[in-house]
Amino acid sequence: MEHKFLEEKIAKVLMIAATSLVFIIVADILFTILQKGLPAINWDMITKTPEGGYYNGGGGGVLNAIVGSLYIVLGSAFLGLLVSIPVVFYLNVYLTKNSRLAYIARLAFDVMFGIPSIVYGAFAFTIMIYLGMRTSLGGGILVITLLIIPIFIRSMDEVARQLPGDLLDATYALGATKLETIKVVLRQIAPGIATATLLSVGRAIGDAAGVMFTAGFTDSIPTSLDQPAATLPLSVFFQLSSPLAEVQDRAYASALILTIIVLFISILGRLITNRFSKHKI
Amino acid sequence: MLTITIASILLVVIIGLGLYLKSVPILEQKSMWQLISSSEWRPSNGEFGFLPFIAGTLWVTALSIILALPVALLTALYLTEHSKPSVKKWVFPALDILAGLPSVIYGVWGILLIVPIISEKLAPGFVEYSTGYTTLAGGIVLAIMILPLLISLFIEIFSAVPTELREASLSLGATKWQTSKLIILRKTMPGIFAAITLAVSRAFGETIAVLMVCGNIPEIPHTLFDSCYPLPALIANNYGEMLSIPLYESALMFAAFLLFIVVVFFNTSSRVILYQIDKKFR
Amino acid sequence: MTIQLFGSHALKTEISDSQFYHNQFFSKNESESTNSFPENKTVYKLKNSNLQVKGLNVYIQKNHILKDVNLEIPDKKITCIIGPSGCGKSTLLKTFNRLIDDTEGVKTEGEILIDGVNIFDKNTEITSIRKKMGLLSQRPCPLPMSIYDNIAYGCKIHGIHGKKRLNVIVEEQLKAVGLWNEVKDRLNAPATKLSIGQQQRLCLARGLAVEPEFILADEATSALDPISSKHIEELFVELKHEYAIILVTHTLRQALRIADHVVFMYLGEVIEEGPADEVFNNPKQELTRKYLEGAFS
Repeated sequence: MEHKFLEEKIAKVLMIAATSLVFIIVADILFTILQKGLPAINWDMITKTPEGGYYNGGGGGVLNAIVGSLYIVLGSAFLGLLVSIPVVFYLNVYLTKNSRLAYIARLAFDVMFGIPSIVYGAFAFTIMIYLGMRTSLGGGILVITLLIIPIFIRSMDEVARQLPGDLLDATYALGATKLETIKVVLRQIAPGIATATLLSVGRAIGDAAGVMFTAGFTDSIPTSLDQPAATLPLSVFFQLSSPLAEVQDRAYASALILTIIVLFISILGRLITNRFSKHKI
Repeated sequence: MLTITIASILLVVIIGLGLYLKSVPILEQKSMWQLISSSEWRPSNGEFGFLPFIAGTLWVTALSIILALPVALLTALYLTEHSKPSVKKWVFPALDILAGLPSVIYGVWGILLIVPIISEKLAPGFVEYSTGYTTLAGGIVLAIMILPLLISLFIEIFSAVPTELREASLSLGATKWQTSKLIILRKTMPGIFAAITLAVSRAFGETIAVLMVCGNIPEIPHTLFDSCYPLPALIANNYGEMLSIPLYESALMFAAFLLFIVVVFFNTSSRVILYQIDKKFR
Repeated sequence: MTIQLFGSHALKTEISDSQFYHNQFFSKNESESTNSFPENKTVYKLKNSNLQVKGLNVYIQKNHILKDVNLEIPDKKITCIIGPSGCGKSTLLKTFNRLIDDTEGVKTEGEILIDGVNIFDKNTEITSIRKKMGLLSQRPCPLPMSIYDNIAYGCKIHGIHGKKRLNVIVEEQLKAVGLWNEVKDRLNAPATKLSIGQQQRLCLARGLAVEPEFILADEATSALDPISSKHIEELFVELKHEYAIILVTHTLRQALRIADHVVFMYLGEVIEEGPADEVFNNPKQELTRKYLEGAFS
């Protein structure tokens, strides 16, 4: 009889240990990045592109990567929304909740959600060769769009599915066409679209494996779609591979920049969800 | 709209097909079995044995699940059953952050913390010398990366257990832990398996973080302190030389195709299981 | 009886029903005095159980759910707690075995003494209190295991493990609720395969296996069909010889059928309590009279 209480106590200790472990790990990662990156960060890093000999200790910064990542992410987000919003509407307004097509579609999107970015990268690479593209901004946008379409669809779909069916019924009862219903649904899920975008942007900006052989890398800021583009994650990776301590330090600084951007996006997303969930039913 | 939807669904098929077609050249040279079972990797000699990479991927993934599973289960149980609701307020943001960190950051952290610990503190107890860039490092980093996924899935599954079941157990005089162990875990077994399958799928494809700490030596690892070379790392490291050596491109596409098949398989089975469970509860 | 309920004709039927039950079991008892229990059943309770509520106030998230409740639950009787929906009956029941603890924002004041021990005392071991109170919920809740394991579960969590002993207990409890013959060939089948009436009886057997002193039933028959309901009611009437049964019921008819002692609650307060005859025939409070007349439910 006694040992069940002992078991309870031990279990509680283990559980608290596990939860604390998770916390400690997050704290440690953030702390390490901060600790290593902060000393090396300065205005140059954010405002300049690599100058000659940057990788050998010369001057400059990672503006090429910051802007490159930005271009890619914005481009993919735009294209991604273009494709995902119609799909989500189709799934939720035109199809009934239990239709077979909806089930298959959602399954397909879930699968796509799970495909690793390296596979998308390999696939996009073959398409690029087929189309005669070289590693470029366009290629990077292509891969990241493929990567984030399932993320978009999944998050927006989840929001759309939670819409009370009565809302749709009410609009139909008033004689609205399917198109007009879309406007109503749009207004309801607008915050969902915002969070989905932020989620996808956060994921997209941190991805390295996909852009590796599609966007290439360069020290300059791309001015057209067929010029190679640098990305922050790759920039960190390449700088880290250098044997020079100064360059490695800059890698940490770049990592810090990347982390700050991602955290900022994540917090923004949280704020939007919290703000809008007050109005949720 | 219908066309876009159908096109999106077909995308999965197209990707699979595309990768397969690109692998055909090497499949014509050697059979699938030869490719998978041979451990000779010398592309310039035309030898493409994928076994070291498959082994590396399996080792690292298995290790990550072994490490992450108990932590995830305990944490999820604690948060759903045993802690005050205020604890959740702190842990959920931490999980979000963990889930959102780019993999290159994990790689950096792995190099800064995990690799030295292995090289200086852990390895000396077991082997003569280790650089620290090992299967173990890959496993640890990967485990941390799949933790948020596992924990959030588990929390979802545990929360779905009806309160009456807990009340029934508690009314009989069971302690909370007895209820968690004997009732909740038992009831959610299928969900737990589905979640693990999803996590495996995610771990399989993780590229950059593992690449940075695993050593990248194309040999089958025999101990945790050996370096390994998982499939995604193979593709990522060699895309540059892809076009210069004959059949190399096809080999790498074959690797991508293998990854694709495994991930799709695991993903589909786990989603199907989860959908079924979902249906039962609604 | 002079209560007006749905016309005197129905009333006569009501009385006849309750008479029917009483006759069934009382006469059975009189004619087979020591054989009123099924065979092989040991009488667990050798002492009297006592449940007293003193000055109980329960707040859930600042809402005053139970207001100054003072009660004494008689042993070896069926006590029915009646009252309209939302009057706090279920909350009271859940407070008896402190299941209420898990609700968010709950605050309790006052005492509940079970066999002289205040269950709210910090030193009280909650699992031993809960062991004394068997709970039967509204919807049958079989554990996700076999029929056998469902009943054995209670024993296992209290440290009873021997296979032989468990076999005896399982058989005994299934017989006590009249399920033995129906399931003895499929004890290892999942409990969810049983019909809903059988499941509820299984839950009862499961609760009995831990040797409780009280049986708390929260509208235990409202989810069942009439025949299964009748089974459960018959079981209660039989079991009250050993346990103190506290039955929260939404239907007045059920209380009329089987109650020995009645507690009438309204909006979190105990309006009236007393022996069934008294409360039903001569309600002292105006509210009680109104409720019994069906003015509100």
